Amino acid sequence: MIVAGVDVGSTATKAVLVDDNGRVVARALSDTGANVVRAAEKAFRMALAETGLEEWDVGYTVGTGYGRYKVPFGNAQITEISCHAKGAIALFPGTRTILDIGGQDTKAIRINELGEVLDFCMNDKCAAGTGRFLSAAADVMELPIDDIGPVSLRARKALKITNVCTVFVEAEIMNQLARGSSVEEILAGVHASIAGRSIGLMRRVGLEDEITFTGGVSRNRGMVAALEGRLERKLNLHTDAQFNGAIGAALFALERATHGHDGDPAGSAAAAGAGPAAGAAPSAGGAA
Amino acid sequence: MSDHYEHQGKGRDVQKDMLAAWYKRLETATADGRKVAYLFVPGNIAELLRVFDIEVCYPEINALQCGIKRTSQSLIMTAEDMGYSSDVCGYVKNDIGLLSTGNKGPFGGLPKPDLLLCTYCGCTTFIKWFEQLAEYYDVPIVMLDVPYQRDGSIAPGDVAYLVGQLREIAGACEKLTGRRFDEARLAEILKLSAEAEDLWASILHSARRRPSPFDAYFEAVFFMAPIYALRGTQECVDYYRIAAAEIDERLRHNIGPVPDERFRLVMEGPPPWPAFRSFWELFKTWGAVSVASTYSKVGGFWDRGFRHDPDRPLESIAEYCLGCYTNQSLPMRSGLIRSYVDEYDADAVVIHSVKSCRSFSVGQADFREEFTRMRDIPTLLVESDLVDPRYFQHAQLKNRVDAFFEALEHRRLIGAPAAGAAAPHAAAPHAAAPHAAAPHPAAPGGTRA
Repeated sequence: MIVAGVDVGSTATKAVLVDDNGRVVARALSDTGANVVRAAEKAFRMALAETGLEEWDVGYTVGTGYGRYKVPFGNAQITEISCHAKGAIALFPGTRTILDIGGQDTKAIRINELGEVLDFCMNDKCAAGTGRFLSAAADVMELPIDDIGPVSLRARKALKITNVCTVFVEAEIMNQLARGSSVEEILAGVHASIAGRSIGLMRRVGLEDEITFTGGVSRNRGMVAALEGRLERKLNLHTDAQFNGAIGAALFALERATHGHDGDPAGSAAAAGAGPAAGAAPSAGGAA
Repeated sequence: MSDHYEHQGKGRDVQKDMLAAWYKRLETATADGRKVAYLFVPGNIAELLRVFDIEVCYPEINALQCGIKRTSQSLIMTAEDMGYSSDVCGYVKNDIGLLSTGNKGPFGGLPKPDLLLCTYCGCTTFIKWFEQLAEYYDVPIVMLDVPYQRDGSIAPGDVAYLVGQLREIAGACEKLTGRRFDEARLAEILKLSAEAEDLWASILHSARRRPSPFDAYFEAVFFMAPIYALRGTQECVDYYRIAAAEIDERLRHNIGPVPDERFRLVMEGPPPWPAFRSFWELFKTWGAVSVASTYSKVGGFWDRGFRHDPDRPLESIAEYCLGCYTNQSLPMRSGLIRSYVDEYDADAVVIHSVKSCRSFSVGQADFREEFTRMRDIPTLLVESDLVDPRYFQHAQLKNRVDAFFEALEHRRLIGAPAAGAAAPHAAAPHAAAPHAAAPHPAAPGGTRA
């Protein structure tokens, strides 16, 4: 049987197909953009096209990521926190801490040997320390986002970037450029700044070996170097790391398809009737 | 609520009517020649004011009413237009917005204060808030200096220190109303307070039952309104009889706020008023019920035995002021939350941290760390605000709450190997039967691994 996981992230949508041995047989990536439903369908179809399979060949689909409720063909929705845990333990069975840096979210997750979430922490109310922070920096430098990591590695030292605001960091970078600092050193500073925040997040959940680094930003070599340098240890890296959430979702799909569980409890309860005290709920509260 | 039950829904409906009547009285107070004091909820001294028939008005409650009725955002922005920073407490900005737009709220018009009683100064913002009101209204401000419980309990001498100040406040009230401070009347009023407090405490304790008959956070915030607005009156006592009858009926029929209680939570922090319902829904969806909360104790610890005492009138008011939640030291607060987890047999702690209130949010990250790392109590910390809807991000919150319950479910299944590893998500599905028609029978212990 083939199952699917679709991870609709804030920036990119990822779809993977997994066979009944839990092996990834196809993967696809598309920009999320404004139409979340279309992005989910597009990534899913691209993955199918890679294998020559049809929609009906897919036995079960789990949606994850912010747009998980917008995956119209999904059988269930599970948060990306649970999915990243599931995916990381499959990619690296020794994983105990996961750092996922995506477009708008950075999360640190601590898991046990079964891949179950023991604790997690995310950036709140602010995109500092996320992929957006890097793309803001890339924009100011007029560099493609894929280049800034390698460029930062050429720096002899990292400048101190004190601003944590994704918007205001642009002004700080401008100021540094005006003062004649090198692009390399500024970018090294930007990476060091994100590394510092990410490590803080990991410390909050407990920094345990092994650490698996996932999400789109894990492809950035400069980021990996900044993190490894500061942590003084190696991170688990995988070519599929950006697909980690989707892989976890697909593995949940496989479990559910195998064990005949339909839908996640939260999803099925959403439509359930409210209790008597829900009748006693404040009418003043207004609609959700 | 359905025809099956005699008392269901009354606790909310009657309290709503009582609050509406209270606000009506406030609206006409000045015209009717009655005096009005503004004061704060934590450790309030309503009984002392009732001796002089002074009406009590709580700016915090006014602000939260605006939050619930969703008028807070424009009021807050009005205050920001005047120069208040985005970092200033939302309650304050809501209030400033109200008074600069004619002091008309969703509850009606607000009276001008005759006296500003800054009765809780553990929050420095409160002091600044009332200083501004004093300037705006040109009325006297009276401070009640309430020391923190800095050593883990009420320090010797603090009660006497408070009693001395309470006598001064009584003097100010005598001057304002031209009436003598009648201590015998204070004792009678305190007797009524204690009666209502007994009933309210028994409602809070009812959540020890499994399933809990009521939600000690999302429902408690409505059930608790009369204990602040009307404490020390016969109608307040009558209200808690009505509320207790509703809870008794739920206990008899084994019904609760969700169809199938699956998780029991201890909640810390005030709710996000403008998004109250959708925030509650995030938990209801998972069959989660709050069995204890700290927010429902901001005004006092009746569940822990505090009672106003007619035999020690001013002393017991002093102890009430000193005992309020935000007046406690951080180790006391975390100890309290832990003890609620044990006493109410809770599965987890949820902390709703609000940007506005530093008195509440200080230490919360440390609580989370202590509970998860040292006590093995699963703890979720989410952030938004109590009245400013701009800080409430539904998608972000839902993500965190769902992930938390997914993990709790795993944890439960690990503890129950029979259901365990094979199907991590195969927990009992929620009862889908609309509950108003048919109350769900309790499954004692059935949902707990």
